[in-house]
Amino acid sequence: MPTGPLALRAALLSLLLFAVFVAIWHFATLPMGGWAAMDPEYAKLMGPGATHGKSAMPTPLDVGAAIVGHLEDPFFDRGPNTKGIGIQLAYSIGRVLIGFILAVIVGVPLGFLIGMSPLMHRALDPFVQVLKPISPLAWMPLALYSIKDSALSSIFVIFICAVWPLLINTAFGVASVRREWLNVAHTLEVGLLRRCFAVILPAAAPTILTGMRISVGVAWLVIVAAEMLVGGTGIGYFVWNEWNNLSLSNVITAILLIGAVGMALDQALAWGGRLVSYAE
Amino acid sequence: MKRLISVQGLAKSFAHRRGATDPIPVFEHVWFNVHEGEFVCLIGHSGCGKTTILNVLAGIETASAGVVLIDEREIAGPSLDRAVIFQSHALLPWFSVEQNIAFAVRSRWPKARRDEVRRRVQRAVDLVHLTGAEKKRPSELSGGMKQRVGIARALAIEPRILLMDEPFSALDALTRGSLQDEAARLCSETNQTVFMITHDVDEAILLADRILLMSNGPRAQIAEIVVNSLPRPRHRYDLHRHIRYYPLRNHIIEFLIERSQPVRDVLPADPRHPPVVCPGDIVIPALSNLEIVQ
Repeated sequence: MPTGPLALRAALLSLLLFAVFVAIWHFATLPMGGWAAMDPEYAKLMGPGATHGKSAMPTPLDVGAAIVGHLEDPFFDRGPNTKGIGIQLAYSIGRVLIGFILAVIVGVPLGFLIGMSPLMHRALDPFVQVLKPISPLAWMPLALYSIKDSALSSIFVIFICAVWPLLINTAFGVASVRREWLNVAHTLEVGLLRRCFAVILPAAAPTILTGMRISVGVAWLVIVAAEMLVGGTGIGYFVWNEWNNLSLSNVITAILLIGAVGMALDQALAWGGRLVSYAE
Repeated sequence: MKRLISVQGLAKSFAHRRGATDPIPVFEHVWFNVHEGEFVCLIGHSGCGKTTILNVLAGIETASAGVVLIDEREIAGPSLDRAVIFQSHALLPWFSVEQNIAFAVRSRWPKARRDEVRRRVQRAVDLVHLTGAEKKRPSELSGGMKQRVGIARALAIEPRILLMDEPFSALDALTRGSLQDEAARLCSETNQTVFMITHDVDEAILLADRILLMSNGPRAQIAEIVVNSLPRPRHRYDLHRHIRYYPLRNHIIEFLIERSQPVRDVLPADPRHPPVVCPGDIVIPALSNLEIVQ
């Protein structure tokens, strides 16, 4: 039995699980059957799938080679449909960040208003309740028609899906600031702005950061679908384009990179959350 | 002595039940005064509205009826002249000790220069013997130290009136004792006007000049005003040896146990002038002889 620190053992187990997964994958995609007897002209047309019994699903080695190929030159640009995966990811990250920042600009102040005013809370609650469960992609036709720009429309879709978690978490965080902290500010005759920035914002910051983390996660989920729909650039478009090329190696590479970037975004906001957290 | 606070006919009712035609007030006809430099304690059982009275004085709650005059002017909301020491210390956890105090100092003197703020903060920190802990967060402090910061924050703004809401009740007995001693020292040194809520009889006897006894709610009132004429400076370690200590203490305890029940006939006929008593002032000669023998 391996001894040692828990983290090391967990890492070893992770590696083992990964190895088992890759092995199963490898054996599942091994070529089956021998040479099929057919006219060489016809065999050439059919490709190795028919002639060698090779699976259409790429083997781990194929995918590994594809990943290395993409990472060796991620930023090439040879025309509209031939861009490096780094460029495609950068487009997607850029859209997510712009949409997310717009959502912060709108959602946090509006959340403050809802959290601080019971009147606004009640007045805006029906709108929030109806708009929140709408799939952001359902806004796409409306956005395309009114904005008349596909890139801006996808940013709008990101904005609309990112704004709700921010709005709701900010409102909740602001509304549940401890009564006694507000009383301290009140007895010290602290003005509205100073109360917002010195008391309510720090008190609600951990909840707001949680909202941001949820928002960025949802935005990163939605951008892939939005770009598949809108096309042109972005990792979502890349996935759909490679599906049309029937290059599953490239699709799997893109899937792994989407996961890695999503994790990085999440960790960045988790780190931000730790910065503003406080112990009572 | 000048009358600083005048509470006149204060009442509070909470309309919590829907359809209740006239909600029963928690307390009503509460009349009392606090003079400049005086330390007044309000004692009563839980639920008689003590904290509400203090919050009305602080300006963070409104009464259903009655007014509070400070310097003969009706109060409207909170004021920096009235500092509150909260039961739960209410420190802002994202600020360090000195930032918590500086927050209050900057509220009081918004135009103060940085070095003046720092000077006032340091003085308040030194006053409550927290020197060296300025950079710590509240979560790194013990309960007693947190409440010291609460006291420093309140005193740093040099309030005319200090309002204390059971400030020591959340502390363990040893910490409570030493903080009570310090509160006694601070208040007598600065001649601070204090209104304090407590349910600790010994704390009231140690600190207060007058002790307001409140009957139980609902319809709680000030049932009696006890004058505490024990000489100052008072110390916890020898206060109980004074001949008037036990008559005073027994009188209050007897009130809390037996007479605070909501029986109408124990309440004063005129709530504006509750009976004023000085237990132990009438000294029986035999008893004083007894003290000499001891």
